Amino acid sequence: MTRQPFIARNPSLLIFLACLALFTLLVTVFSEAMGTGLISTSFVKTLGKTLCLCLVAIAMDLVWGYAGILSLGHFAFFGLGGYMIGMWLMYARTRDIVVTSMANAEIPPTDAEVISGIGNQIFGVVGSSDFPLIWAFSHSLTLQLILVVAVPGLLALVFGWLAFRSRVTGVYLSILTQAMTLALALYLFQNDSGLRGNNGLSGLQNLPGADAIPQATISLWFLWASALALALGYGFATWVVSGKFGSVLRGIRDDEARVRFLGYSVEGYKLFIFTVTAIIAAIAGALYYPQAGIINPAEIAPIASIYLAVWVAIGGRGRLYGAVIGAAFVSLVSTWFTGGQVPSIPLGFYTVDWVDWWLVLLGLSFVLVTLFAPKGIGGLFDLITDRQSPMRHGQDLGPDQGALQEKEADS
Amino acid sequence: MKTLLEVSGVSVSFDGFKAINNLSFQIGKAEMRAIIGPNGAGKTTFMDIITGKTRADEGRVLWGDKSVSLLKMSEAQIARAGIGRKFQRPTVFEDQTVFANLLLALKKDRGPFSVLFYRQNAADTEKVAALAAEIGLTDHLARKSGELSHGQKQWLEIGMLLAQDPQLLLVDEPAAGMTPEEREHTTAILVEAAKTRAVVVVEHDMEFVRRLNCKVTVLHEGSVLAEGGLDHVTSNQDVIDVYLGR
Amino acid sequence: MRVFLLALAAILSLAPSLQAQSGSGNTPVQDLLQVHRALIEKGSRKSIAPAIDAIATSGLPAAQTVLQTWQSKDMWQREEDGLFFRAEEIAKKTYRLYDFDSGDAVGDYDKDALDQLKPNSGVRAMIGTALVVFQLSDPDPARRRDALDALQRDAEASHLAPLRASLEGETDPEIKARKEQLATLLTLRFGADDTARIAAIESISTDISLDARAALNMLLTTSREIAQGPVPQGVNVAAILTPGEDMPEAEAYAMLADKGLAPPRLSPDDIRNTLAAHIDGGKVGGVPLAALNTDAARATAYAALVEAGLAPAQPTEAAIKEALAAHTIYDAYAEPSAAVTAAAEDALAAIKTRVGLNQMLDLALDGISLASIFFLAAIGLAITFGVMGVINMAHGEFIMMGAYTGYVVQQLIPNYTVSILVALPLAFAVTFAAGVAMERLVIRWLYNRPLETLLATFGISIALQQIAKNIFGTQARPLTSPGWLDGAWVMNDVVSISYIRIAIFVLALTFLALFLFIMKRTRLGLETRAVTQNPRMAASMGINPDRVNMLTFGLGSGIAGIAGVAIGLFAKVTSELGSDYIVQSFMTVVVGGVGNIWGTLAGAAMIGFLQKGIEWMNPSNTLAAQTYMIIFIIIFIQFRPRGIIALKGRAAGD
Repeated sequence: MTRQPFIARNPSLLIFLACLALFTLLVTVFSEAMGTGLISTSFVKTLGKTLCLCLVAIAMDLVWGYAGILSLGHFAFFGLGGYMIGMWLMYARTRDIVVTSMANAEIPPTDAEVISGIGNQIFGVVGSSDFPLIWAFSHSLTLQLILVVAVPGLLALVFGWLAFRSRVTGVYLSILTQAMTLALALYLFQNDSGLRGNNGLSGLQNLPGADAIPQATISLWFLWASALALALGYGFATWVVSGKFGSVLRGIRDDEARVRFLGYSVEGYKLFIFTVTAIIAAIAGALYYPQAGIINPAEIAPIASIYLAVWVAIGGRGRLYGAVIGAAFVSLVSTWFTGGQVPSIPLGFYTVDWVDWWLVLLGLSFVLVTLFAPKGIGGLFDLITDRQSPMRHGQDLGPDQGALQEKEADS
Repeated sequence: MKTLLEVSGVSVSFDGFKAINNLSFQIGKAEMRAIIGPNGAGKTTFMDIITGKTRADEGRVLWGDKSVSLLKMSEAQIARAGIGRKFQRPTVFEDQTVFANLLLALKKDRGPFSVLFYRQNAADTEKVAALAAEIGLTDHLARKSGELSHGQKQWLEIGMLLAQDPQLLLVDEPAAGMTPEEREHTTAILVEAAKTRAVVVVEHDMEFVRRLNCKVTVLHEGSVLAEGGLDHVTSNQDVIDVYLGR
Repeated sequence: MRVFLLALAAILSLAPSLQAQSGSGNTPVQDLLQVHRALIEKGSRKSIAPAIDAIATSGLPAAQTVLQTWQSKDMWQREEDGLFFRAEEIAKKTYRLYDFDSGDAVGDYDKDALDQLKPNSGVRAMIGTALVVFQLSDPDPARRRDALDALQRDAEASHLAPLRASLEGETDPEIKARKEQLATLLTLRFGADDTARIAAIESISTDISLDARAALNMLLTTSREIAQGPVPQGVNVAAILTPGEDMPEAEAYAMLADKGLAPPRLSPDDIRNTLAAHIDGGKVGGVPLAALNTDAARATAYAALVEAGLAPAQPTEAAIKEALAAHTIYDAYAEPSAAVTAAAEDALAAIKTRVGLNQMLDLALDGISLASIFFLAAIGLAITFGVMGVINMAHGEFIMMGAYTGYVVQQLIPNYTVSILVALPLAFAVTFAAGVAMERLVIRWLYNRPLETLLATFGISIALQQIAKNIFGTQARPLTSPGWLDGAWVMNDVVSISYIRIAIFVLALTFLALFLFIMKRTRLGLETRAVTQNPRMAASMGINPDRVNMLTFGLGSGIAGIAGVAIGLFAKVTSELGSDYIVQSFMTVVVGGVGNIWGTLAGAAMIGFLQKGIEWMNPSNTLAAQTYMIIFIIIFIQFRPRGIIALKGRAAGD
């Protein structure tokens, strides 16, 4: 049991990073910005967004696959991250527009006039013109970037502290996180929430001061940033789960009472991983929404967080590359199906139009995966590496609800 | 002998049923104690109260030189204060290797951050190896503990308990499901451990208790019925009536 | 009052001339019409009042007929002598005239020989008001009610006397009560003296009807006035407002400026516009344009303009204070009598207290009705989740299936009552079958894996939702309730509850009873409890756990289906119907305490009442109410993690 170097202990990390680098390189070479245009700018954006979804899936896998907490709230943190960066993007961009339009006035505008002009532009749709308190930092990129991490992190910290302290576990915790997500979404839907109600924040694809740069180039920047974030996130997650900390996390997943009797404060660990993954999710969201261009409260409805769990489950939970594969596969296939590019199937009496039936297919295939292939797509790699499940006669690996199932574990 | 743990006047009830009724109990710093009693006598609940799993309705549980009350502490705090517990059914982390299990139990700072930045060093590896040798699992260190036999899991759990280096060991039926040879070894480990710390063994098996050769406490309906040497309590008429007589 | 006196004077002054003309025959109405001929022919709303009043108050038997005829544009004037008649068209361009006084036909005339009187809508409305007085004693009760409605809309002092007079002969007790109320309301506004009015006010101080409150509020109408120096004598002052305390100083000063009592305070916009108007060679008041991007620089430039006499000076703070000190701002009652307004204030305060109490009652009824909806939605979950511990995310979709079953049945059976009666058992059957199928195919493989159950049933949920969307489309489908469920039970103007909510409440109670009966009194209930508490022991006692689980799950799902029909009756049926309720339903069960139907009831009651309570505090925003509700629940679970009614001890699954 001598200690090997970090990379040697985690060979999948190198393979993953190589694949990611190759992918980014290929997309860059074939993008419109580089001239060939084999991959359209909108598809580059889709791919960049997919990378962000992979990152939030890693966060989900950490919290669910490794710590056994089925959080149905991580997409809320993702959305909050998007809102935080969106506030700066919208403010700075509107400021540029307002300053330009006021430049023609005979008397140069005062700062107060500029700010009230921005307020009119942004909040006109909800019948207001004053900046709510939560926009106090929106003029500063630095402060708003801090908020990207701080706001979701703080929310996760407070919510997690309340939930874990009262020892809410298993499905109860899932329902509670879902309730939190619903509360947040409903709150943001209000016009007086200060974030433009159901209009959300829009025009986020326009980087302030970068009007001269074509979207093709900007989309590449974001792709690179997303790839870098994913690489860092994957590396960080690998580091967390491969050491003793990961050992404690898996212990909590399978049998948290036992971990407690070993003297570990389970609540502290859960809170730590819940908050850290919330921050990862928020960073992913902050990279996602500038590529999507718009964010509104519907994005963080509870269903989105359940989809996140679905991705991780389809990819295979408890293995980081599984989460990445699941998120990439399901979201890309979903784009493909709902984009209307899949040919319909004529049955004679009825034509199956995949735009309408894709969700049915997804739902049912998800049931099948849960029932018959708990390892998900990631399980296919076990065929190559010849890993096998233990023979435990159907016994789970621990008494807790989040514990690994026989078929998920390997011997 | 100085008192390590003092339980006095503790009661707890579940939906009107008094599981523990005005129980008092004391144990010294390096002492072996066996607790026997029929089913439902409150042995497991007694351990639950000490380890913080169940809250007592009334009474006091004082710990150590400073006489700290355990009643206000969480399970993890109590474990860190130096009370280790082995469960009736072997509970180890089945998805993790024997090595990881032992490393997890090794006495170290338990805070999330120090665990996160923990780097395995040679001294710890040696300690784990020594423990593995003591419990006879040296050859199995790299195996997943879920694959171990029932007896081996019991060993591993005792090993984890020793790795915690507690001042008080609470051991629930350590010999259940073991072969006679394994029992012998278990006895040896426990007797050895009791030289430097307190050990409380809950056991059904009289033969095993006899071999421990220690003071015995008999529980019945949530309170202490008798206390003393094994021969002393087995000759107690009350004990014979409620326990041995049937 | 003044109008009434005028009319009286008119009659009195006419009396001699009436007698003088009566020699030509007994035609008093015609004579009266002739007196006011000029006004009637002119037909102007502004000047017609004396004519209408004269006719209405003449006391002549034909007066009502005249007014009605006039109003319905059937009154014609014979050109040759200017006399007025009622005309009927008997042939094209030929009219038969009838005398008002006698009612006899006087002959047929060509249209050219006649002039039709065409009162405009304003005049017709005035005639209508005058007619009300007659209608108050009309033999037809419906017309009396119409008259009272008209009076209530548009009351005048002159109505009071005829209204009181008509009280005597009123036979219908309901109308009589209305008349009495109206008489009181008119008295308190138009009564002869303060004593009568105050008596009237006091008599309605226990009346919470909207009419009473409107009448009192009308008495208490105030207008905001400014006086130089103290408040003038003779004004009935409601309140004197101190700037800075009762109203912001800026607002008070703006009022002064509006009335021209002080120079207006200049806004930053005003200053900027003035500066822009005086740009002189790239400078304003000596300050270069580019530097004018701060308020301080603008102030300097503006001061220079003031100096040069080009702009009005901004009033100083001291000047503003002085101006405010020199004036008094007060609210004055339109009603001059202080005694009356004081009585009205007291009465209104008393009524408000009563209204508040009634509102509490109404809120409680609302809360009960919302609670029964939550209970209905959650009771199926109380079985599948509460008793069996199976978390079924598709439960909401079962509710939706029930609602759509009701919709389909209504398409087939047009009679709403029959279709609801058919839909209830059918919805149960459909969702029972769906529940059993789901239990057999999916859930039983995942019994000890609740998190996987959650996700798998979520998969089913999105599939079912999409299938419903594909079949029924995205638009909302109506599920119409039978006619006897329309309307509401109205206790008074404040408290009312619709029959459909009462029906849902009754349904919720029925289900509670049904649940208790099944769980406590039937074999299935016993077996269910046995299987959930200890499946192995139950199996060894000859209970087939598979069968019991299947039936219990089917039962829970079936109840969801029935709940769906009930919810569909007041909510729009869409494919998202279920997902709107699912989180609240789970919350209801969790908050109430899992495994206990009384807990679910308590949970539903708590959530229902709280949500209504929060909505009451912030009525404009139901979204906010839901948000705060959920936050409250999250905090509540801190203190009672096992819900309101918790199972204790080891049974709770320690």
